[in-house]
Amino acid sequence: MNSADELIRLEKRRHFLKSSALNVGAAALASLLGKPLAHGAAPTGKRNAIGGIEGIQAIAPKAKRVIYLFQSGGPSHADLYDYKPHLKNQFGQNLPDSIRMGQRLTGFTKNQKTLPVVPTKFHFKQHGDSGAWLCEHLAPLGSVVDEICFIKSVYSEAINHDPARTLIQTGAQLAGRPSMGTWVTYGLGSQCRDLPAFMVLTSIGSCKRTPQPVSGRLWESGFLPSQYQGVKLQSVGDPILYVSNPQGVDQAIQGRTLSALSRLNGIKAAQLGDPEIDARTRQYELAFRMQTSVPELTNIADEPESTFGLYGDGARKRGTFAANCLLARRMAERGVRFIQLYHVGWDHHQNIPRDLPLMCQDVAQPTAALLMDLKQRGLLDDTLVIWGGEFGRTIFSQGKMTKEVYGRDHHGRCFTMWMAGGGIRGGMTYGQSDDYAYGVAENPVHIHDLQATILHLLGIRHTQLTYRFQGREFRLTDVHGNVVQDILA
Amino acid sequence: MFRTSMKRFTIGCAGLLGVLIGSTAVAKEVSFNRDVRPILSDKCFACHGPDSNARKADLRLDLRDSALTVIEPGKIDESELIHRITASDPDEVMPPVKFHKKISKQEVGILRDWVEQGAPYESHWSFIPLAAVTPPQVQSGDVFNAIDQFVLARLQNAGLNPASQADRRTLIRRVTLDLTGLPPTPAEVDDFVNDSDPLDVAYGKVVDRLLKSARYGEHMAYSWLDAARYADSDGYESDPLRNMWPWRDWVVWALNSNMPYDRFIIEQLAGDMLPGATMRQKLATGFNRNHRLNNEGGILPEEWLVEYVADRAETTATVFMGLTWGCARCHDHKYDPISQTDYYSLFAFFHKLPEQGSARGDRNAEPMMHSPPLPKIEEYEANQKALAPLKAEQSTLAAAQQFTAQLKEWIVQLDDAQRKKLPKEIAPVAPDKWNAKQKAAARDYFLKNVHQETATLQKQIAVWEKRQAALLKAGAKVMVMADMAQPRKTHVLIRGAYDRPGEEVAAETPSWLPPMKKSAPRNRLGLAQWLVDPQHPLTARVAVNRIWTHHFGAGLVKTPEDFGSQGESPSHPALLDYLAASFIESGWDVKGLHKLIVMSRSYRQSSGMSQELLARDPENRLLARGPRERLAAAVIRDQALFLGGLLVEEMGGPAVKPYQPDGLWREIIKGGPTYKRDTGSKLYRRSLYSLWRRAVKPPLMMLLDANERDTCRVSQKRTNTPLQALLLLNDVVFVEAARGMGSRMMLEGGTTEPERITWGMRLATSRPPTSEELKILQEELTSYRQSFQANAVAAKALVNIGESKPNETLAVDELAAYTALARLLLNLDETITKE
Repeated sequence: MNSADELIRLEKRRHFLKSSALNVGAAALASLLGKPLAHGAAPTGKRNAIGGIEGIQAIAPKAKRVIYLFQSGGPSHADLYDYKPHLKNQFGQNLPDSIRMGQRLTGFTKNQKTLPVVPTKFHFKQHGDSGAWLCEHLAPLGSVVDEICFIKSVYSEAINHDPARTLIQTGAQLAGRPSMGTWVTYGLGSQCRDLPAFMVLTSIGSCKRTPQPVSGRLWESGFLPSQYQGVKLQSVGDPILYVSNPQGVDQAIQGRTLSALSRLNGIKAAQLGDPEIDARTRQYELAFRMQTSVPELTNIADEPESTFGLYGDGARKRGTFAANCLLARRMAERGVRFIQLYHVGWDHHQNIPRDLPLMCQDVAQPTAALLMDLKQRGLLDDTLVIWGGEFGRTIFSQGKMTKEVYGRDHHGRCFTMWMAGGGIRGGMTYGQSDDYAYGVAENPVHIHDLQATILHLLGIRHTQLTYRFQGREFRLTDVHGNVVQDILA
Repeated sequence: MFRTSMKRFTIGCAGLLGVLIGSTAVAKEVSFNRDVRPILSDKCFACHGPDSNARKADLRLDLRDSALTVIEPGKIDESELIHRITASDPDEVMPPVKFHKKISKQEVGILRDWVEQGAPYESHWSFIPLAAVTPPQVQSGDVFNAIDQFVLARLQNAGLNPASQADRRTLIRRVTLDLTGLPPTPAEVDDFVNDSDPLDVAYGKVVDRLLKSARYGEHMAYSWLDAARYADSDGYESDPLRNMWPWRDWVVWALNSNMPYDRFIIEQLAGDMLPGATMRQKLATGFNRNHRLNNEGGILPEEWLVEYVADRAETTATVFMGLTWGCARCHDHKYDPISQTDYYSLFAFFHKLPEQGSARGDRNAEPMMHSPPLPKIEEYEANQKALAPLKAEQSTLAAAQQFTAQLKEWIVQLDDAQRKKLPKEIAPVAPDKWNAKQKAAARDYFLKNVHQETATLQKQIAVWEKRQAALLKAGAKVMVMADMAQPRKTHVLIRGAYDRPGEEVAAETPSWLPPMKKSAPRNRLGLAQWLVDPQHPLTARVAVNRIWTHHFGAGLVKTPEDFGSQGESPSHPALLDYLAASFIESGWDVKGLHKLIVMSRSYRQSSGMSQELLARDPENRLLARGPRERLAAAVIRDQALFLGGLLVEEMGGPAVKPYQPDGLWREIIKGGPTYKRDTGSKLYRRSLYSLWRRAVKPPLMMLLDANERDTCRVSQKRTNTPLQALLLLNDVVFVEAARGMGSRMMLEGGTTEPERITWGMRLATSRPPTSEELKILQEELTSYRQSFQANAVAAKALVNIGESKPNETLAVDELAAYTALARLLLNLDETITKE
């Protein structure tokens, strides 16, 4: 019997089970794949057909999915987006106290005697109808700036990587809360049958300085059920862990085994009456389907040559940011709800002129390609793309500096991120930094505001997506968050 | 043995047992704690509760005196409270519309009844002393011990009957998994099934055997490590590895030796402060050093030190008292009476360590104790004792004038040949040119080698020292607790910010719990003694609930992390208090409590469920059936290794690195340690010993819902996902185990095919297959056999999976077929479920 026959048999079996299944376990069936349950609405009315919370989308959603291009380490906003040409004349001058206003510094620079301003050494140019300024190394992004809304007034209280990343990804600086992707898929369920709803891709940047790692904790589910944890796509071995059959087992044997398993579990279920048993059988069937759908997702051999022209040759190599951008588009096409990329290596304390261009080379073209590609395919309208790190970098130099060699310390008080697609007004800039790209001069956007806005675009009021743990209703935005209305399309 | 002979006065059990969960009938008699407080807490306390800063209209509804300004007892119409919660005017209605917390009709009904009945208040159930409870009398039904009286009374009130008793095979599998984390062998099942003693006696023998097994401590340790956020790495940034495994071994040892629970608490919180504290007792305090440590460059140590202390205080409150202490870090608790001052008063107990706020990466952080492996710890201490007088004698001799004189004399008469034998740093230099350091080296040489009496002693000393060094080398430098001679001051931190100190506070326990004894020291030891005082209302309740949860899947209090106002009230309050009081009275006998629970009929009933019962009580809160639950991650892996005959039951020692897909660490962390998979026996140890790196947790464990070990977790998760299916079907550890199990079926299962299949089924589920199941399994085996006979390459590949070698006496295609069949059996829902 071949595997297709097996699948047909399994479908029949499922039909049989459905007619006899008990409804109580239906909530438990709202699995990480959120397979549509034809008659599966939980009797509590709490879960809808795709495993989302009934009625959670109180707002008309603009975005159906999110691609979050996390730039880990803290990209220097003053060297990438937030252009301050007048600083050219202030090289080496101490940052005025009126600007710093007693702002706390990290252990790297708190004992530094002076805080000398160092203007960016890179050339900037305006792009698109919107005239957005971009650093020369981000030039490829120029072709898509009119899709983008730059937010130049993002701020975070955190000044060190781990807490800052944890804050922006989970809403709190300390470990233990669910990640944004977990919250979103917990709330909305899944739009695809055969792939996880929340997937994660990581890549290591080309900078010379050893990149700071990201912790797997960032895509864990915290106190939410673990079925909502992010599923990481690997760059070596099985793309999803354990998706390949063990050596010596082909799909025929695998299918046959699953069929027998289903029959044997069915006998037990009939005898014991526990709906969890049928639920488990269905997860095995989904697993079997994933063994086909995952290789289909990751096999980029079916992409035309033009794809690699667009994303660059790097996209041919597993585990690069370019390859991950391409996979992100393939996931978006297949309905993956929350696609989280991490590109590590932006922590440039010592040598921005050396390391920043290398990082830009990793990301500029693939990012532009992703936006263009989504747009061509009509996916950009309902895909929210987010670009940014956990914080920015100081305008003053850390340690010794020359015009050619300088580094910058962590800086959370004001930095730049951008969003595009999925309900965002493209071609605009929101918020302004002060003359030193140091503090917010206009329209501050806190991390929680950003999170509230992301949920809003997905149709969720951020105050309503809650989960009770330790006696408290927790939410992604903690007790804060305001939707940034002005950037909505 | 556990003593159950409590003769105490009954108070209001009938009232407490009156109302059913899931019943639509509203009790006439309203109970404040059971019915009213949950509503007020959830809907009102945020603005009208303990938090003084958030309080609106100066109204508290958590205190009766204040509440009486809006409640007229007995008079619904004159009570502003009722008026406001039923108001239709959006400006008047409470809670305010923007609060998104509507009070339901049913809840309004409860509050009306309550006001009508005089609006009586009660202290929160978990903060009042344990009620003296006598098990209720029940008219009919089997009662094996007091637990059943409570459960039956409750069931009969609900018009339900308990399930029939589980059959012997189900029962021995259930209790063996629960007490040891491994299944029974077919022989153990047979012994029990064929035991001619009465069931109760036969079963009691099994339970006693399991409680004596060293596997018990290994199994029970797992969830304690979750609570203690134990891991093998620091948890931030580059996530360097750490060494805390001797502490882990302490936990296993303490559990296996049935250390009374009060002692278990005292030693872990304050073992270092006990009079004449032993190394073993000091090691126990590693409990509160398991929190994460930040070694990131650029952190401000003063900020992180606060995080570590906060973690200790919050973990201690959650693990021992079931309190959400963390909620009071920035402001008074919104629901419970924990003030911000209370928060920092508990914090103060843990703020006295001579510690730096930053970790050092890979080397643990002070204070530390260099510990030999646990079994050698007393030997090491004894050696130290033997060594001390020798060293003392040696230094006495060396302090004498005579020694100094002889030293001088020796130096003067040194000739060239003698000088060449001296240590390298002094040999080439003429004695009159020696600096102070060189002089000291010469003196040391003289002491140890030349001077007759001291050199003789040195020979003995060296023997001891060599032994000691070897013992330490096999151990690790473990982080432990210690207090500074001049402790830091502790302040309330305004909004919880490390750099905004407010009023100074002293180490103190909260005023709303029984006070510390006047004579008790205001340090960790005093705190620990306060926790285990029999008057403490929380410690025993929380402990008993945790152990109950271990067996039933859900606690009597379903929120083990929250015994406060927002937590769930106990399903069987009288039973909880009864067990807690008995636990204390037994001398905190942990194994005794396990035994009491597993000997009950309530535990021993069948876990089968009718649709009617499932609809009536989906979560089994009434206990009309036995527990049924998917096994924990560690148990699923350990069981597979055990069934495959691969499990290596060596106890303790450094963490091991079992199979893990390649490249996981490198994928997100460039640099730092690499995951060099272990070989040989280390691949097959119990999961308790697997290395836990916080930034890249073992995927096998994470997919099967293991707790993260970043922060304290006292509950277990269970989900059901396709990734679990992929893992169990395809991961090398499970397929290698299937190969082992397949060859055992061929070698130990009998000679005929049905015999072998039956034996395999018995291995996996402790029962033989039904004829229908046997038929399916035979068909599968035949099909597998045909596949592998037709494909020798595939057969060879399958049987050679993993590092252990297949039995060469077995035909490859046949072994492959049995491997495939064992793989099927290992994936049965029943195999990975306790039922």
